[in-house]
Amino acid sequence: MQSNTLFAVAAQFNEPNKLIKAVKIIADLGYKKWDVNTPYPVHGMDAAMKLKSSKLGYVTLFFGLSGTALALLLMWWTMSVDYPMIIGGKPFFALPAFIPVTFELTVLLATLATVIGMLSVFFNLPNNSHPLHDTNYMQRVSADHFGIYVEADDKKFNAEELRTLFLSLDAVQVDDIYVPLKEKYPILQPKFLVFLTIVFAVTSAITYFTLNYLLYMEPFDWMVSQAKVTPQEKVETFRDGFGMRQPVKGTVARGFLPYKFMGMPAPAESLVNPIIPTKETVELGKRKFLTFCSPCHGNFADGDSRLRGQFQNPPTLHSTRVREMNDGMIYHIITNGQNAMPSYAPQITREERWSIVNYIRVLQRAKNAEVTDVQKVKKEPVKNGQ
Amino acid sequence: MVNNTLVGYNKKELPGKIQVIGIILLLAGLALGVIGFLTDYVRALHNYLVMFMFLISIGVGSLFLITLEYIAGADWSVPFRRIIEFLASVIPVLFILVVPLIINMHDLFHWTHLEAVEHDEILKGKAPYLNSTFFIIRAFVFIAIWFLFYLLITRNSLKQDKNFDQGLTKRNIKLSAIFIPIFAISLTFSAIDWMMSLEPHWFSTIYGVYFFSGTVIAALAAATLVTVLLMENGYLPSIISYDHLYSFGALMFVFVNFWAYIAFSQYMLIWYADLPEETSWFVHRWTGGWEYLSIFLILVQFVVPYALLLSQPAKMDPRRLKIAAIWLLFAHFVDLYWLIIPSLSPKGYTFSWTDFVFPLMLTGLMILLFVFNFKRNNILAVGDPKLERGLNFHL
Repeated sequence: MQSNTLFAVAAQFNEPNKLIKAVKIIADLGYKKWDVNTPYPVHGMDAAMKLKSSKLGYVTLFFGLSGTALALLLMWWTMSVDYPMIIGGKPFFALPAFIPVTFELTVLLATLATVIGMLSVFFNLPNNSHPLHDTNYMQRVSADHFGIYVEADDKKFNAEELRTLFLSLDAVQVDDIYVPLKEKYPILQPKFLVFLTIVFAVTSAITYFTLNYLLYMEPFDWMVSQAKVTPQEKVETFRDGFGMRQPVKGTVARGFLPYKFMGMPAPAESLVNPIIPTKETVELGKRKFLTFCSPCHGNFADGDSRLRGQFQNPPTLHSTRVREMNDGMIYHIITNGQNAMPSYAPQITREERWSIVNYIRVLQRAKNAEVTDVQKVKKEPVKNGQ
Repeated sequence: MVNNTLVGYNKKELPGKIQVIGIILLLAGLALGVIGFLTDYVRALHNYLVMFMFLISIGVGSLFLITLEYIAGADWSVPFRRIIEFLASVIPVLFILVVPLIINMHDLFHWTHLEAVEHDEILKGKAPYLNSTFFIIRAFVFIAIWFLFYLLITRNSLKQDKNFDQGLTKRNIKLSAIFIPIFAISLTFSAIDWMMSLEPHWFSTIYGVYFFSGTVIAALAAATLVTVLLMENGYLPSIISYDHLYSFGALMFVFVNFWAYIAFSQYMLIWYADLPEETSWFVHRWTGGWEYLSIFLILVQFVVPYALLLSQPAKMDPRRLKIAAIWLLFAHFVDLYWLIIPSLSPKGYTFSWTDFVFPLMLTGLMILLFVFNFKRNNILAVGDPKLERGLNFHL
């Protein structure tokens, strides 16, 4: 289907050198709207066509540099300003680690911009039709011939003159290319609308089914049901139905030896503190004291915690009574409990309890320090010349 | 002297003063080098090693470019292949140049000290490879292999000038196919032997590729420089255009990027893992003034040539290419200096006038070799079947 409007005069050559010769003449004659079509890039064509160097390189450069800047800014902001993290002991702004990402993003943006820019700006795509499509000329020049065409829009265009020129230059064939008639394809035909509705309904139904049912069916449910007992789950195996079982009677956990004076007001024999107060053990005692004891007895064992006045007031540990207790008695109270205080034996290991006792001694000593304690710190006299 | 009327080539002789310049430079370099050896022996030896590696770069790198042309079936480089062959003629000279290094090996390589190796578990483990006998064998075998291929390939090429036999091109393509894997292995092990083993405890698996990237840059830069100089002074047929030069520019640009890629790969992996046995080499190049040279190397070998060669017109402009070629030759010298000298004084940079002596000798030697070959042979491979296509090459 073609109109009577002439689009171009197109010539085919069977050798690239003949085409180059023709191209040089056409370029010298001062034609503006013309182009060549070859099955592969022909060396020397750019010079023959008198093409200026492409501006595409600037697109590549701009977007390449944008990629560099974007990558560096992103990593600088996320890694060293907004959420700095130490990774592998490297600085927050670790340039060597950032270079691969910067390089990749530079290349990515440059390439994408080049391809998109080339297709959309320089080739005027998307362009669904062109008068040269579906012509004998286009079939040959994309296979084994070398073609040139001059558009009828050109000011110097003269079809007869061009035909004779091309034939004199040894062209295999010269064609007149006509602009194809515009064909109309109405979109909103009833058939199409029905088709669209059916597609819509089927897609919706599949999506609904998938998201609401399929994902909860086996085996698509991410292995939700498994042959194991999860915490808090009821089971049929045991008569009481509990999934979580108690340890076997008489089991002793590490560090939690049974205490033989449990339930007695005081240990029947005097207990000896096995933990020597060193820096490490006192610090362990301090940590455990602050975790388990301080909520009631206060950070410095003054009995002044926030819980004061809410129920039975916890006592201070700096009273004469407590200070005169031996280590074994304090240990007994922590282990056994006293009055409102429960037993801490299940939470705190034996060594930790003894360390707490040591730390309580440290606090008591600090609270009741005397002048002589200061004087005990010996000062070495400094000799001259040393 | 065959004058090929087909391409309109008439040989024009080089002016005699070039030879004089070459002799003066070589003698001056030689004399100063001997004084250097007498006054600052160890440093002069290391500087001599820098020159030796530079000549390997130019010679073996040029041979690689020749074989690359054959294997890739390139047209554009055929008119320049003879120039590259002339540059490769430094390979036979390596037989002589390697001797002072072998004689003075003991002052160059720590691992030659047997008493030190005995108390060093790592060096003991490396001893089957790093021992004097095997090292000397390797050094000569590699040079002999390079020489063999240089001889075969250039002899075929020169024979073609007289008998126009196309079969010689085919034979050279086969030789090139054999040479390229051998080149890869021999160049890698040469880099390991002559430079990496200067710090024998350290190792880097990418070291050979690193040296290869510099090698190709140096060979390309030397070929470009000579080509542009000959072109400007009318020694090449006038049909040779800027389109031919484009490939030189593009290849130099490619290998500048390749060098940066490889150099950075080596640095980043070592920097990231931060293992003491690997970082020591970079620490030596980052203390006592060497850090300035390290930064300078990045600028001189990557940033500046990258900017210089980025645009398309720059890759075809003879003036710009000449600057880039000289610059890249200098850059490769800095690169080799950076690889070798910090191993001698890892504590920090110390000045020595011997650093500047051997480049004179190197330049003089290359000029003389070129003049020597130029006098005896055609500067154009007139018998090559691809020559006409090469001369008519257009982008």
